[in-house]
Amino acid sequence: MADLNPLSWWRRFLALPNDSSAKTFLVAFLVASVSAVAVAVTAVSLKPRQMENVERARQQRMAEMLASVPGMADILGEVDADTLETRIVDLTAGIYEDDVDPASFVAAAAATDPARSVALSKEQDIAGIGRRPDLAPVHIVRRDEETLLVVLPAYGTGYQSTIRAYLALEGDLNTIAAISIYEQGETPGLGSRITDTEWQAQWAGKKVADEAGEMRIGVVRDASGNAYEVDGITGATRSSLGVSNLVRFWLGADGFGPFLDNLREGRLPR
Amino acid sequence: MRRAGLRTVLFPILDGNPITVQILGICSALAVTTSLATSLTMSAALTFTAVAASFLISLMRNHIASSIRLIVQVTVIASLVIVVDQLLRAYAYGMSQRLSIFVGLIITNCLVLGRAEGFAMRNPPLAAALDGLGNGLGYSLILVVVGTIRELFGTGMLLGFSVLPTVEAGGWFQPLGLMLLAPSAFFIIGFLIWALRTWKPEQAEEPEFRLRTGDQRRRA
Repeated sequence: MADLNPLSWWRRFLALPNDSSAKTFLVAFLVASVSAVAVAVTAVSLKPRQMENVERARQQRMAEMLASVPGMADILGEVDADTLETRIVDLTAGIYEDDVDPASFVAAAAATDPARSVALSKEQDIAGIGRRPDLAPVHIVRRDEETLLVVLPAYGTGYQSTIRAYLALEGDLNTIAAISIYEQGETPGLGSRITDTEWQAQWAGKKVADEAGEMRIGVVRDASGNAYEVDGITGATRSSLGVSNLVRFWLGADGFGPFLDNLREGRLPR
Repeated sequence: MRRAGLRTVLFPILDGNPITVQILGICSALAVTTSLATSLTMSAALTFTAVAASFLISLMRNHIASSIRLIVQVTVIASLVIVVDQLLRAYAYGMSQRLSIFVGLIITNCLVLGRAEGFAMRNPPLAAALDGLGNGLGYSLILVVVGTIRELFGTGMLLGFSVLPTVEAGGWFQPLGLMLLAPSAFFIIGFLIWALRTWKPEQAEEPEFRLRTGDQRRRA
């Protein structure tokens, strides 16, 4: 009769010579499995906490970015915090979608849901995001009736990660007030320099499009210092271009373009 | 037995220090020592990894075929490092951002793998864990010394508290910018090695080559 006691199986396994193929394979398999389980359990069980941290960092970046726009800290200080109004925008039509509650809108889920996003063709998809959600949140800072700042969330592919940023436009909707990258996984020390405040500060004051309405903003090598060009980072060409592409995509016709046009023409209700 | 255990822990702290004697783990010692807080976190992460890795590998030492022993060791170390990295991201997010890839790079730190291969594979689990602890502490000692010097003279602060009032804040101390750059860690570690080997000459290696003096050349 066969011995079915697992303990004696285990002993027989341990008694095998170390260099036998069977034992080598089994040891490798066991070590790999135990390690995989340990890593997976930690990663999954700590995920909620880590997401909370990322979310907190995101909100902090947003607050810092708003504070970095000249004069904005005073404006936000003098009026209540709810002057920062969040609305959901239908990107294709470029109008507000007021049936969706901004507080419960989850942008990350909307971006990947096939029912609530459109696939982009290769020519359209300069930011490398594959699908674009139908709806996206915008944050608007107003004083009295005047629009002071429009903050748009933007994301795109850099060299090796998804770069997520906030893009603040001034009231004329053609001038970058600030850009803040709040999440990226580019090469530390090279691509990750896109998060340097000095580099991000270069964007402030740049114009998006020229008088003819053609989009000119972007990162170039050896920027000439005109109103549209931002200098790329040496050793981080792909990451700098990633930021450039995501700015151009989200301000363009497939991003927030229709919404910005409507807003500029005053075709949107408050 | 107890005395042997104590010796296993104490020997790598000064007499067989992994950084100053074996010159292992230099990369992270240069990179994370700009402040005392990052040095302490890195030390704790490395010490934990070294102890746990040595212990686990020693447990399995009689059943690992020699053809796959390095891969098995690296797998164990890598898993432990990922666990530490995940814990830091969950409970010390700001710190994990400052340490960036250097926690992950503990995997390639020769110190942990060196102790696993050189000691844990030949010794029982408890002794291996103590050896890991001793080497971790030896590494920590150097990191803390270098981190203290760099933060104190680079910023005038320690653990974020102002110790030397800087000129910028109205005091007298002009911070040394060099201290915040990686080369300064090289100099400090170099001076530490020099000081230690002057104190304990037995640590100095025999020079591999000697410069010929003038009259030797004439004779040849």
